[in-house]
Amino acid sequence: MSTTELAVQDVTTSLRLAQPRLPRWAPALVGVLAVAAAGLPALLLGWGLVPWLFLAAVLFLVVLPLWSLAVENARAAVDRLMTSLVWTTFGVAMIPLAWLIWTVVKNGASVISIEFLTFDMRNIVSDGGGIYHALLGTLLVTGAAALISVPVGLFAAIYLVEYGKGSRLAKWVTFLVDVMTGIPSIVAGLFALALFVLIFGPEIRLGFGGSVALSLLMIPIVVRSTEEMLRLVPDDLREASYALGVPKWRTITKVVLPTSLGGIITGVMLAVARVIGETAPLLVVAGKTDSVNMNLFNERMTTLPVYIYYQFTQPGVAPAGTGGDAPGIARAWGAALVLIAIVMVLNLIARLVGKIYAPRKG
Amino acid sequence: MSATSSLAPPDGGREVEPAAGKAPRSRGDRVFAGTARAAGIAILVALAGVFVFLTVEGLPGLSQTAATYTPNTSFLSYVAPLLFGTVLAAVLALLLAVPFAFGIALFISHYAPRRLAVPVAYVVDLLAAVPSVVFGLWGARSLAPYLVGAHDWLAAHLGWLPFFDGPASVTGRTVFTAGIVLAIMVLPIITAISREIFAQTPRLNEEAALALGATRWEMIRLTVFPYARSGMVSAVMLGLGRALGETMAVAMVLSASPVVTLNLISNTNPATIASNIASSFTEATPAKLHVLIATGLVLFAFTFAVNFAARWVVGRSARRMAR
Amino acid sequence: MAKSIDVSDLNIYYGDFLAVEGVNMTIKARSVTAFIGPSGCGKSTMLRSLNRMHEVIPGARVEGKIMVDGQSLYDASIDPVAVRRQIGMVFQRPNPFPTMSIYDNVLAGNRLNAKKLSKSEGDTIVERSLQAANLWTEVKDRLNKPGMGLSGGQQQRLCIARAIAVEPQVLLMDEPCSALDPISTSAIEDLIHELKSDYTIVIVTHNMQQAARVSDDTGFFNLKATGEPGHLVEFNPTKKMFTNPDQESTEAYISGRFG
Repeated sequence: MSTTELAVQDVTTSLRLAQPRLPRWAPALVGVLAVAAAGLPALLLGWGLVPWLFLAAVLFLVVLPLWSLAVENARAAVDRLMTSLVWTTFGVAMIPLAWLIWTVVKNGASVISIEFLTFDMRNIVSDGGGIYHALLGTLLVTGAAALISVPVGLFAAIYLVEYGKGSRLAKWVTFLVDVMTGIPSIVAGLFALALFVLIFGPEIRLGFGGSVALSLLMIPIVVRSTEEMLRLVPDDLREASYALGVPKWRTITKVVLPTSLGGIITGVMLAVARVIGETAPLLVVAGKTDSVNMNLFNERMTTLPVYIYYQFTQPGVAPAGTGGDAPGIARAWGAALVLIAIVMVLNLIARLVGKIYAPRKG
Repeated sequence: MSATSSLAPPDGGREVEPAAGKAPRSRGDRVFAGTARAAGIAILVALAGVFVFLTVEGLPGLSQTAATYTPNTSFLSYVAPLLFGTVLAAVLALLLAVPFAFGIALFISHYAPRRLAVPVAYVVDLLAAVPSVVFGLWGARSLAPYLVGAHDWLAAHLGWLPFFDGPASVTGRTVFTAGIVLAIMVLPIITAISREIFAQTPRLNEEAALALGATRWEMIRLTVFPYARSGMVSAVMLGLGRALGETMAVAMVLSASPVVTLNLISNTNPATIASNIASSFTEATPAKLHVLIATGLVLFAFTFAVNFAARWVVGRSARRMAR
Repeated sequence: MAKSIDVSDLNIYYGDFLAVEGVNMTIKARSVTAFIGPSGCGKSTMLRSLNRMHEVIPGARVEGKIMVDGQSLYDASIDPVAVRRQIGMVFQRPNPFPTMSIYDNVLAGNRLNAKKLSKSEGDTIVERSLQAANLWTEVKDRLNKPGMGLSGGQQQRLCIARAIAVEPQVLLMDEPCSALDPISTSAIEDLIHELKSDYTIVIVTHNMQQAARVSDDTGFFNLKATGEPGHLVEFNPTKKMFTNPDQESTEAYISGRFG
């Protein structure tokens, strides 16, 4: 028996559980020391906060594993290095988000006023003006896009889950939905433009074209999320309904859809939130105007993202003598704050809906 | 509607035997099934439409007079630098984003205490929800001026690399900055996908590794990465697809010119296809419009190829795992 | 090389929830100790606290003392990674690493140690471990095939081979046969008998006949009442336990009157 040989050979081995370990507070200590040590050159050379913290992080990433290598062993040192790296990536990634939100709020908050929200940009050359026309445009264009994509997306998902199982058409639709998720948004805009240019001539720009482009981006998201929700509905439920003699379409509308309603609404809201910030396709096909335009099918229509873009690229001139930023830049920040607020509120509502309608567990 | 079943005369559904699959279907059923099928077909038609209309409007763009392609002379020489710029910015963005994305994904799935993991995942999702035009505004107005110092430093200390062969831009509006903005934008996508795959690693395998005396990192190397490899590849490819097609952030950050250069930090930067469309669009003549649409078609084909490759990789390894 | 384990006044928590309360026992070296009891009474929790796998679950912690070879397992100076290397574990469901071959699965634990294994060393360990797990003859011609391709019973023996390849002092088995058919089960039970001469084995089982067949000592765990923590009712040599138990509830459980 080979195991007995093994036992003889290892009979002297004693249990070595106690190995030298760094104390629990070792990372904290190294962290504090790294910040302090990096602070010295930072103070002497007058660095900013970022180079200082950068040096501190590098010091930490070098010193802690080295200490671990000296006291513990190579494996523990590698583990500590990776743990520190993972925490560092997290810390670093939070910086741009915090910075971005802070900048938008700081620059945008002072701009927002009743006037900013209720005036358009007609005849504005310098100060003043607002985003009223762009807000309306965004609501109309996105609303129309939702009107197109929700029914198409919903029914396509129903087809995929309830009717098309395994059919060749269903396979193609699934594949093309995949392709659609990868369409760059500007290509969607160019498509809508090419479509309307072919029908109405090269000068055509209209809000509805933007809706078409946006729905091309929205449909795959709606299909995906709805599909996922429908698949979560257990087959028992459908069979129970069939067993009562309820036809399939009634089963779908009365049993399957209500069961997954919360998830579907969440998916649609997230899709809306995703396309409401789209700029490129609207820039191309909906164009830009300074006035209110309530007609989706006639003339150019400004939306909020496009408004931001044009206020940024054509900011106008600052009133003489003030020497500040051009007035367009301030308006761009204000509009950006409004846009972010809209997107965040949509996201929040979507999550709330998802939570409220979530199937009770247990 | 709840009264329908009792008040309305029993519709065809009543007669359908649930057991008989081939029984004649009621009219309501036929209409409903037809609508669902039509919606599926509508998606086919829409995508075919994208190809058709872009081709019809784009083809004339391949053979315009030389003046349309100023400062170049033919479509190929017009689109080549743009394609180069597109790839350059996207690759730079990925190089920056991928390590961070995997790091954060691991942080959420395996390192963070639960109380921290949930809000962090939420915050990363929020990052994904920020509209690209806001990223562009922030990148051009806040990040670019801030990075001027970094540009100078790179030019002074790493100038021997072709990428940092100055002279450093004084505005900071360079491919370098655009790449960072793009990286921040694709980060949440890669993070979200890889985080989910990491979290799906079978708990049994993780415990097997730990019970053998693996450290946490060894457990991740032994069980999480092999399990998630194909998913990680496809996450990166999807991020690449997004970075290639992103328009506004690049258009707003870059001051572009039609050049091919690896220099990331100078005043002359290659535009990307998407940003070029956005910025040359307003002044475009009908002839130029055709050219721009044709470049859009090139972009579409390129992103399609990348996405297709990503799905192929995933599908292949899924088949291999199934064996 | 096998070691005994002394447990004294052990309380095991999940967060604020006390799962197992006040356990005292001595697990003898080179013997098989079985934990039996109804579901949810904390047998597996108890087992997992013996090699610090319990604390892998967030919020889980332990009070009291577990002494192995004179060292306190939960002392601050003890590295849980070292503990798990010396106290191996086999799980309820076979869990070979899906991306690895049979060969690599056996060596997975050995490869974690920084030193490089030569080809011949590796071959020796693989053959020795697979032979010890009674699997060698069945797989020796397909060592480079994926471990997932084996049958459930073979996979479980592969996992045992993997656990003993790193030459642990103690082997913990968490219902190792519950996912297996009777033939595989008897193969594993035979294996446990053979391994007993070299290892201290602790096995959790739902199957009382199995406990009677393989173990030298048995611990019976039970809940004091629904919602109360689990506790050790009785710890005795298996023979005594199954013929003349000290506690009435033990007899009730063993004779099948509840649980």
